[in-house]
Amino acid sequence: MSTPPAPQSGSAQPMLAQPMLEVRDLHAYYGKSHILHGVHLDVRQGEIVSLLGRNGVGRSTTIKAVMGMVDCRGSVKFRGAELVGLKAFEVAHRGLGYVPENRDIFPTLTVRQNLLLGQKGTRQSGRWKMDDMFELFPRLRERADTEAGVLSGGEQQMLTLCRTLMGDPELVMIDEPTEGLAPKIVEQVARLFEEIRKRGVSILLVEQKLAIALDISERLYVMGHGRIVFEGRPSDVRGNAAMRKEWLEV
Amino acid sequence: MEFFLVQLLNGISYGLLLFMLSSGLTIVFSLMGVLNFAHASFYMLGAYFAYQVSTVLGFWAGLVVAPLLVGLVGMAVERYGLRQVHKHGHVAELLFTFGLAYLIEEAVHLIWGRSALEYRVPPELDGPIFQIMGSPYPMYRTFMMLVSVAMLVSIWLALTRTRIGLVIQAALSHPETVEALGHNVPRVFMLVFGGGAALAGLAGVIGGAAFVTDPGMAVSVGPIVFVIVVVGGMGSLAGAFVASLLIGCLQNFSISLDWSLAGLFSWFGWMVGPDTPLWSLWNVKLSQAAPVLPYLLMVLMLIFRPKGLMGTREG
Ligand SMILES: Nc1ncnc2c1ncn2[C@@H]1O[C@H](COP(=O)(O)OP(=O)(O)O)[C@@H](O)[C@H]1O
Ligand SMILES: [Mg+2]
Repeated sequence: MSTPPAPQSGSAQPMLAQPMLEVRDLHAYYGKSHILHGVHLDVRQGEIVSLLGRNGVGRSTTIKAVMGMVDCRGSVKFRGAELVGLKAFEVAHRGLGYVPENRDIFPTLTVRQNLLLGQKGTRQSGRWKMDDMFELFPRLRERADTEAGVLSGGEQQMLTLCRTLMGDPELVMIDEPTEGLAPKIVEQVARLFEEIRKRGVSILLVEQKLAIALDISERLYVMGHGRIVFEGRPSDVRGNAAMRKEWLEV
Repeated sequence: MEFFLVQLLNGISYGLLLFMLSSGLTIVFSLMGVLNFAHASFYMLGAYFAYQVSTVLGFWAGLVVAPLLVGLVGMAVERYGLRQVHKHGHVAELLFTFGLAYLIEEAVHLIWGRSALEYRVPPELDGPIFQIMGSPYPMYRTFMMLVSVAMLVSIWLALTRTRIGLVIQAALSHPETVEALGHNVPRVFMLVFGGGAALAGLAGVIGGAAFVTDPGMAVSVGPIVFVIVVVGGMGSLAGAFVASLLIGCLQNFSISLDWSLAGLFSWFGWMVGPDTPLWSLWNVKLSQAAPVLPYLLMVLMLIFRPKGLMGTREG
């Protein structure tokens, strides 16, 4: 099998250790339509990596494929073990977390019950306790026993993030968390990402806009038409107006 | 008054039995999108299994063992049948459950024959339990109500107070998200399908002994259960509950009333007699029309309020 040419790279990061997540030649399908055409990407321990691109280029499909939620072929290795072929709940138990893009909280359950469902077992163990979430977002404590369906958009976004963290993932994949949020809430989200990184959890962040991605990411990937078309550090993105014009700006 | 109370109690006990059947159908429908045509077959299996167990170990063992067996059959059907068919879409699923209903009926014919079984109320539950204004009320009817209410409370507690209940409620809105959080959703589907089958089985155990245990019992109760699910609102447990009681009472009151349109007309002072056009229609007694009333209700509901009493979906 021929390896496609490596995407243009602006960084020469030394390969210190094997990446935590290695996606190689990933193809994904919805029924007969072929959406991903050989995606490659890596996330290392403790890194924040962003996956950018315009609407419809396949960013959500990429993380869903990693999560085992979409038909795919190719290879996805997490801590050296192959994930392709596993069911989503099995992937979650390997230590991957997924925060879906449409804030699909469970509307008829309370905030507390939503958080409890993020836990994989009945015991709270690992990095995050419910009280940590309440410390970080006092709003959630105030509304702990309210039905999640009545929360505001920003509160629902916090809840989906916290719910996934309750499962104590090693790597969390977050789909467009700032979409449609007020700037003040976007700041809160960015602060939560710092907290996540501090606790040793890696992040694969899907965004459309460069906004917070450039500030918090170690590395960024840009997708176009179901492929990775650029890979680099924030400075490389800042310095490459042509690439931004071709793949990012609307 | 006394007639009214007795009929009301009969209606409620029958309605609760219907709810035991329709609750499983509704939960399975809203969770998995499967409209299970074979649901009433699990009701029939419950009665037959209970009969079989009771010939060896007595009624009470049958009451416990038969629903569990039916639950196992249900889980196997989901795991090895529906789950495979699922990828081909809802029509395939519907046809699958349709075929399954026939298979179960034929299996019952082969194993137990075509005539009704001698499956009866046990002597300790036979006879009256209390008097309503002087007329005795049967102990077995009371027992039916107790079992149904106990079941209802347990389902409610299981759905709202246990972890798996929360997973089920969450999966009602976003099954994929629930699975991505690490919950084995396929297994939850299997358990819910099995649980629904077991509830139908339990209804069969107590209904079979009260009414009749024969190979036609699935066909006779199946359509009513569908009526309930439609009238209550597809996928609404609360709606199914209200509709079950409503139809339970409707059927009980209507079979014992000989009101007719002719009677109603004469009440207004319009005399109709054998020479009035369509006399046979005006003269139909409510008790004669009783079997079609639920369907009439369903048709009217579909025309005037297609989402049912408490349904959330449109159409
Ligand atoms: N469930 C689906 N069924 C069929 N096609 C889909 C589905 N979800 C997404 N697509 C298509 O796949 C492509 C990539 O979508 P997606 O991964 O959601 O893009 P992004 O997240 O980058 O906006 C789009 O062309 C979209 O129309
Ligand atoms: Mg997307």
